[in-house]
Amino acid sequence: MVDVTPADAVPPAEVGEMELYHPHSWWTKYVFSQDAKVIAIQYSATATSIGLVALVLSWLMRLQLGFPGTFDFITPEAYYQFITMHGMIMVIYLLTALFLGGFGNYLIPLMVGARDMVFPYVNMLSYWIYLLAVLVLVSSFFAPGGPTGAGWTLYPPQAIMSGTPGGQDWGIILMLSSLILFIIGFTMGGLNYVVTVLQGRTRGMTMMRLPLTVWGIFTATVMALLAFPALFVACVMMLLDRTLGTSFFMPAISEMGEQLPHNGGSPILFQHLFWFFGHPEVYIVALPAFGIVSDLISTHARKNIFGYRMMVWAIVGIGALSFVVWAHHMYVSGMNPYFGFFFATTTLIIAVPTAIKVYNWVLTLWRGDIHLTIPMLFALAFIVTFVNGGLTGLFLGNVVVDVPLSDTMFVVAHFHMVMGVAPIIVVFGAIYHWYPKVTGRMLDETLGRFHFWVTFLGAYLIFFPMHYLGLMGVPRRYAELTDMTIMTESAHHLNSFISIMAFIVGFAQMVFLFNLIWSIRHGREAGGNPWRATTLEWQTPQTPPAHGNFGKDLPIVYRWAYDYSVPGAKEDFIPQNVPGAFAPSREPA
Amino acid sequence: MSVILVFLLVIAGFAGWWLSHQRLTAKPWLEQGLASDIVDFDRSALPTAKIGLGVFLAVVGCLFSLFTSAYFMRMAVSDWQPLPLPRLLWLNTGVLVLSSVALQCAVFAARKGQIDNVRLGLATAGLTALAFLVGQLVAWQQLTEDGYLLSANPANSFFYLITGMHGLHILGGLIGLGRTTAGAWNGVRPQRLRLSVELCAMYWHFLLFVWLAIFALLAGWAATFIDICRQLLT
Amino acid sequence: MAIALVLVLIVVGSVLFHFLSPWWWTPIASNWDYIDNTIIITFWITGAVFAAVVLFMAYCVFRFRHREGNRAAYEPENKRLESWLTIVTAVGVTSLLVPGLFVWSRFVTVPSDATEIEVIGQQWQWSFRLPGKDGKLGTSDTRDVSADNPLGVIPGDPNGQDDVVVEAADLHLPVGKPVKVLLRSIDVLHDFYIPEFRAKMDMIPGSVTYFWFTPTRTGSFQVLCAELCGQGHPLMHGMVMVDTEQDYLAWLGQQQTFAQLSTPQKTGSADQTPDRTMPSGLKVAAQLETVGSR
Repeated sequence: MVDVTPADAVPPAEVGEMELYHPHSWWTKYVFSQDAKVIAIQYSATATSIGLVALVLSWLMRLQLGFPGTFDFITPEAYYQFITMHGMIMVIYLLTALFLGGFGNYLIPLMVGARDMVFPYVNMLSYWIYLLAVLVLVSSFFAPGGPTGAGWTLYPPQAIMSGTPGGQDWGIILMLSSLILFIIGFTMGGLNYVVTVLQGRTRGMTMMRLPLTVWGIFTATVMALLAFPALFVACVMMLLDRTLGTSFFMPAISEMGEQLPHNGGSPILFQHLFWFFGHPEVYIVALPAFGIVSDLISTHARKNIFGYRMMVWAIVGIGALSFVVWAHHMYVSGMNPYFGFFFATTTLIIAVPTAIKVYNWVLTLWRGDIHLTIPMLFALAFIVTFVNGGLTGLFLGNVVVDVPLSDTMFVVAHFHMVMGVAPIIVVFGAIYHWYPKVTGRMLDETLGRFHFWVTFLGAYLIFFPMHYLGLMGVPRRYAELTDMTIMTESAHHLNSFISIMAFIVGFAQMVFLFNLIWSIRHGREAGGNPWRATTLEWQTPQTPPAHGNFGKDLPIVYRWAYDYSVPGAKEDFIPQNVPGAFAPSREPA
Repeated sequence: MSVILVFLLVIAGFAGWWLSHQRLTAKPWLEQGLASDIVDFDRSALPTAKIGLGVFLAVVGCLFSLFTSAYFMRMAVSDWQPLPLPRLLWLNTGVLVLSSVALQCAVFAARKGQIDNVRLGLATAGLTALAFLVGQLVAWQQLTEDGYLLSANPANSFFYLITGMHGLHILGGLIGLGRTTAGAWNGVRPQRLRLSVELCAMYWHFLLFVWLAIFALLAGWAATFIDICRQLLT
Repeated sequence: MAIALVLVLIVVGSVLFHFLSPWWWTPIASNWDYIDNTIIITFWITGAVFAAVVLFMAYCVFRFRHREGNRAAYEPENKRLESWLTIVTAVGVTSLLVPGLFVWSRFVTVPSDATEIEVIGQQWQWSFRLPGKDGKLGTSDTRDVSADNPLGVIPGDPNGQDDVVVEAADLHLPVGKPVKVLLRSIDVLHDFYIPEFRAKMDMIPGSVTYFWFTPTRTGSFQVLCAELCGQGHPLMHGMVMVDTEQDYLAWLGQQQTFAQLSTPQKTGSADQTPDRTMPSGLKVAAQLETVGSR
C-alpha cells in the first residue's frame, strides 16, 4: 500500500467551471435540453419505442415461419419488409443508439466526474437529428410500396431493383436517407462522448481509474466514428445509383428480359464498404455491454474486477483488431478466395482477448460475496448467452466451416445470441442497476424476476435449437419453408415451438415496460447509493442528479473504481472520491 | 481497401502514442488515496474545442479515404474512362490556397490582438472560399456542357461525387467562419475570438489538404504514384 | 440459488439436445466430408469450453453466494493464471484454425481433371451450361441476353456453339467425377447451394465465381438459393441429379446445343421439351403475383 495523502493537502481541483446552459423554461429543460441526462432519456425513450416496432415485426415473421400458410396477409413481400426493418432497427436504431446515445450520455459525464458533455449544444443537435432519422425510417412504412425489403445488409443490385419490395419505390430511398441522417447525428454525439472522456475527467481520474463501462463506451465510440463513414459512403453511392442512374455498384443487368442502363459496377465493392462498417458495428454494440457487465459483476459480487489491466487491454485490442476482420462476412461472396486465409486467421485471433474477458468475469465471481440481485442475474445470463454465441462464432469465423453454414439459420441463431440477446440482456441488467439513480426509486423486484426468467430461458430456447436447423441446411431469409426436401416434419414443429417462445418472451417485455412506468411513482425509495457502489455516479449530492451533476464542487478522485472488500476497510466498498487508503470516514451522501 | 487501412494505421499510431502516455501498465489498485502526483495524466493542455475538431477531422479524413478506396476499386473495372479535368480547377486550387493563407494571417493577427487585420483576414478567407465554391460549380457546368454527364461513366460519377462532398464540407465550414466573422465585428472576447479563428484555420488547412489529395486522385497522379510504388516493391 | 441449478441444467440440456435431437445435417453426397470433420472438431472444443465456463460459474454462484458476514476475497489480478489461460486459449484456437485452413486450401485448389460446368442464376430460376465436344465453354456477356439467347452466350465465339444449354431444367452430373462449377448471374446476387454437397458460393452479376466438388453418391438433390435475391428467393429451387455414367450419357444425348437452339427450329427437335421438376422463374413470378393480389 502506498502512503496516504491527507485530503486537505490536495490542492483544489483546477477544473475550470464549464459553461453550462441553464434552462430557463419547461421547453429548454425537458425538450430542447442540453443536459446530457435529459438527452440520454430522450435517446433511450426513442430507441425503445422504435425497438418495440421491431419486436412486433419479429412476431409477424415468426408467425409466418412457425405457421406457414396460416396468415394470408404475410405475403413474401411483406415478410421481406419485416425482416429488413427488424434487423436495421435492432442493430442501428435500437442497440447503437441505446448504448452510446442512451447509456453513453447518462453515464460518461457522471462516471468521469464532469458536469456535462463538453459540447452540450452539439449533443442536443445529435438527438434531434437521430429523431429525424427515426421519423424518416418510420415514414417508409407509409410510403407507396412500403419500406424496403432488401435485407438489413441492403446488398445491391437487388436492393434497388423491382424484384425487391421498395427497390423501385420510396422504401430504399427513405432507408438510405435515414441512415445518412443517423450517421450525421451520431457523429455529433460521438465527438462529445470521446472528447468528454479525453478532456472532461475530474481531478485524479486517470484513464486507468475509469470504470470499465466508460472504457467500453469510449472505445466503441471511437470505433463507431471511424466505421460509420464506410456506411455513409456506401449509402451515398447507392442513393446515386438508385436516383441518378450511376453505376457504382450496378453491373450490366438483364432483369426479366429487359436490359437495365447500368454498366460495370461492382456489387462486391458495396459489400466491402458495408462490412467495413458492419463488423466493427458488432463490437460497437458489444464493447459497451462488456464494460457495463464488468461493473455489474464487480458491484454485485462485492469484489474488484479480476485483472482490470487485462480487461482494458482486451477492450482496446478487440477494438483495433475488429477493423481487420470484416471480410469474414464475405467468405462465400465470391471475393478472391485467398483472402479467406488472412481473414480466418485474424478472426480467430480476436477470440483470444474476448475469451480473456470471459475468464475474468467468471474469476471475479470466484471467492466473491455474490448478491443475486436482478442486475447480477442478468450479468450471469449475459455470460451464458455471450459464451454460447461467441463459440458459434468460431464455427463461422473458420472459413471452411462457414461454407456450409453461411446464409443458414445457424448464422441467424449465432448473431442473435451474441449481438441480440447478450447485449439486450446487459441493457436490462443495466436498467435494473441504474434505474434507482435515474428516478430515485427501485424497480419492482417480483416483476423483475419474472421478466428475467422468462427472457433468459425463453431467449435461450429460441436460439439454441435454431442452430440445428441451420446445420440441417435451412437457409435464412426464406419467407416460405415449404417444398424443401431437407425440411423434415419435425423441423417444422421445431419452428412452431420457436415461434411460440418468441411470443412468450415478447410478452415478458411488456411486463418490463409496465414495471418501468409503474415504478417511477410506486417503486421503493432507493436513496443515493442502493447498491453500495464505488463509482462517482452514486456519489452525487442529489438523486436523481441535478443539472451540473455534482453540486458546488466537482469530486476529486483518489482511487480506482473497484475498491470492494479492501482488507482493513470497515465497509466492503470505498467510493472513488474518498481520500485515504483505508475505510471511508463517513457514509456517502 | 488499402487506402483506408493506411489511414487507419495513422490513426492507430496517434491512438497508440496517446495510450502510451496513459500508464496502461500501472496497477491502479496500488495507488489508493492519491490524487496529486498523477495529475499530469488527467488531460491534455490543448483547448477542448481543438481536440474536438481534431477528432472530427479524423472522421472527415476517414470519409475521404473511403471514397478514395472505393475509387481505386471501381477503377479496376474495364469500363473506366478518365475524364479530362477542366483547367479551371487549377485556378480554384489557387483560390483555396489563398483562402487558407488569409485565415492563417487572421490567426497571426488574432495572436497579436490586431482586430482590424483579423477582420480583414476572415473576410478575405470567406470570400475566397465562396469564390472556390462558385469556381467548382462552373467547372461542373463546363464538364456537363462537354458531355461528361454524371451517369455516363464511373470516372465522371466519382468526380462529381467527391468534389461535391468536398464542397459540402467547405459550405459547412463557411457557417462556422460566418459565426466567427460576426463575432469579430461584434466585439467578442479576444481570447475567444482567437480560439475560433484558430479552429477555422485548422479546418481550412485540413480541407485544403483534402482538396490537394483528391485533385491528385482525380487527375490520375495518385494512381501513377501507386503504380510506381508497386513497381519499386516488386 | 435457483440460478446455479438452472446453469447446470442449461449445460446438461444443451449437451443432451446435441446428441438426442433429430435435427442434424443431411447425409453427405460429396467429397467435402473434410468440412463435416472440421465441424465435429469445432463442436467438441467449443462444447467443452461452454460446459467448463458455465459449470464453473454455477459452482461459484453456489459456493460464494452471499450469506450474512461473508466478505469477498481481495485479489486484483493473478498474472500466472491469466497467462496460462491465454496460452490455453491460443492453443485451442490454433487447433481449430489449422485444420480449417488446410481444408480451405483444398477447397480453393481445383483438381486439374475437374470438368467445368456453368450455373446461371436469374430471378428466380437456375439454368446450366455444359461444354460441348470441345470441352470448352464459350464466353458470355449479360448484354447478349435476349429471348433467343437466355444465357447471354456470345454468338460469335466458336467455343460456345457446341455448348449444351439446359434452361430452367434439371442438371445431371456423373457420379465420382470432380466438377468445377462456374457461377454466373445475369441480374442480382444468388447463391448456388445444395445442402448435401456442403459447398456453396455466391454468384455475382458481372463476374464469374467458382467452387468445386465431387458427387459421391447417386440421387436427386434440391438446389436452394442462399443469397437474398428478391421476393421469389424462397421459391428459387432447382434439381441436380447425380447419375451413373450410362444414365448421364443418355441424358446428355437428349440435350440441345447452343447452335441448335439459336438456329430456327427444324422438324423433329421441336417436340423435345426439357424434363422439369421445378417451376421456372416466370412461373414463380406468376405465383408471387397471385400471392400479392390475395
